[in-house]
Amino acid sequence: MSIELPSPVRAAFDAESEDAVVVNIGPSHPATHGTLQVIAALDGEKVQRVDVHCGYLHRGFEKECESHTWHNLMPYVDRLNYCSALINDFAYCDAVERLMGIEITPRCRYLRTLLSEYSRICDHLTCIAASLMELGAMTAFLYLVMLRDHMYEHLAALTGARVTYTYGRIGGLARDLPDGWLARLDEILVEFYEFTGRIHGLMDRNRIFIDRTRDVGAISSADALHWGFTGPILRSTGAAIDLRKDMPYLAYAELEFDVPVGINGDNYDRYYVRMREMDESIRMIRQLVGKLPQGPICVDDRRCTFPDKALVYREIQSLINHFKLVMDGPQVPAGEVYVGHEAPNGELGFYLVSDGSGTPYKVHVRSPSFVHMGGLHKLLEGYQLADIIPTFGSVNMIGGECDR
Amino acid sequence: MRDAILASLREAFAAPAEASIAHGTFVVALAPESVVATATRLRGEFGFDLLQDVTAVDWPRRALRFDVVWHFYSTTQRVRVRMKTAVGEAAPEVETLTGLYGSAGFMERECHDMYGIRFRGNRDLRPILLYEGFVGHPLRKDYAKEHEQPLVPYRDQQ
Repeated sequence: MSIELPSPVRAAFDAESEDAVVVNIGPSHPATHGTLQVIAALDGEKVQRVDVHCGYLHRGFEKECESHTWHNLMPYVDRLNYCSALINDFAYCDAVERLMGIEITPRCRYLRTLLSEYSRICDHLTCIAASLMELGAMTAFLYLVMLRDHMYEHLAALTGARVTYTYGRIGGLARDLPDGWLARLDEILVEFYEFTGRIHGLMDRNRIFIDRTRDVGAISSADALHWGFTGPILRSTGAAIDLRKDMPYLAYAELEFDVPVGINGDNYDRYYVRMREMDESIRMIRQLVGKLPQGPICVDDRRCTFPDKALVYREIQSLINHFKLVMDGPQVPAGEVYVGHEAPNGELGFYLVSDGSGTPYKVHVRSPSFVHMGGLHKLLEGYQLADIIPTFGSVNMIGGECDR
Repeated sequence: MRDAILASLREAFAAPAEASIAHGTFVVALAPESVVATATRLRGEFGFDLLQDVTAVDWPRRALRFDVVWHFYSTTQRVRVRMKTAVGEAAPEVETLTGLYGSAGFMERECHDMYGIRFRGNRDLRPILLYEGFVGHPLRKDYAKEHEQPLVPYRDQQ
């Protein structure tokens, strides 16, 4: 027995209106990573028009946040961009801390910066590995994903989880570095150079790779800004726009690093900008390891940080403090704030509205992937049908943050 | 430089609107009629070349129930501006900014999905995060979290 289900999307055009072949790609297609539906009008192999639909991974993140305490929604925040969950944690915590007027401890600031850059490497590795695999470069994929897996295990030693860490805390971090973590970090950085060196050797001047990516999916700086592109896509057009330099947060003002830019804004430039950004991230990590101060990782502020467990068992004030923080959540003063962090894909913004209680009134995420989907047609139209795959790969759309 | 631009913004938008600076962001609250004019000035005169975000906030007990909120960023001045306007439930309408910023298209669609704000002049307000036939606007405060959409039948009922 079959049932006629309504189509979840209404395409902007169909074969009758377009005088062209209309094909539907996705939302679940073996050659794309991410649930995205592209409806394309073709003239032969050439893409004339596309209609991009996302939202297949919508889980009601923003609605769900409104019924949790400011602390309890941390695991949901992790699941936005699950390739670099720590950056989501830290951006969210930063936004709440600004509303509460909290200044985090120096060790926390440096650790968050270090882990943000480490996550950026994980994210770029994922993006490059997946988009190379979609072009058939299986070896390159395995090299990069193996490297990423070592980093995931290394992060698991710190946080207890491979992908979704729930490691940020309002006013600090969940725990300090375990013994030997920085020594292992050194080993991984050495490994990084060995394997990305192989990727440079395999890909940079590879005829097949260049033919598929050079001058494909190109966009100008002005168009990129008009359509809201940020992050590596905007930088690949030659515009050195990076929030870490332009509006420094965490410890970025104290670090030396360059902002790599491309020339044409095509797929090849996006690949190369990501490769170079990883080098800069490592440069920052090395500086941060050298500067990492000793001291507490959480602020000593009873509005958000749990009291010492021994005290909770011994004295009534700490017991009540603990109870109130769990049941009511941290009391965030009424107000609104927008905080943007430079996530691997672009500007990740949190717009928070508080009514003064322990539960957010509104949590809105300005996710780079979603905005990029709004301008994706600029990168696809006019190129070949087969170019959709490398172009979509180079945009690195992450369903979790795009659809929320 | 940042203070200079904030001061000039304050001067330019002090009159019919309400302007303030909160957490380093210039906030301007204005009437719905002046949304496009203000955005045009922000883009043309002050170089706010990126429209970062469009969303709304629902205050069910207020007469004008919704705040529609835009965030702009200037890549040259490195300053953020938040523009707000209040609209009522009977006619939750504002002008679209798609004529100024391409990025407004998808963000306005999302805001329309979630809050039912209609952006006059945006001809493509099809659902983007939701699907065709979804009833209601889930981020409104009177949409219960547990509310189900009975549009897609369960398999065992087929």
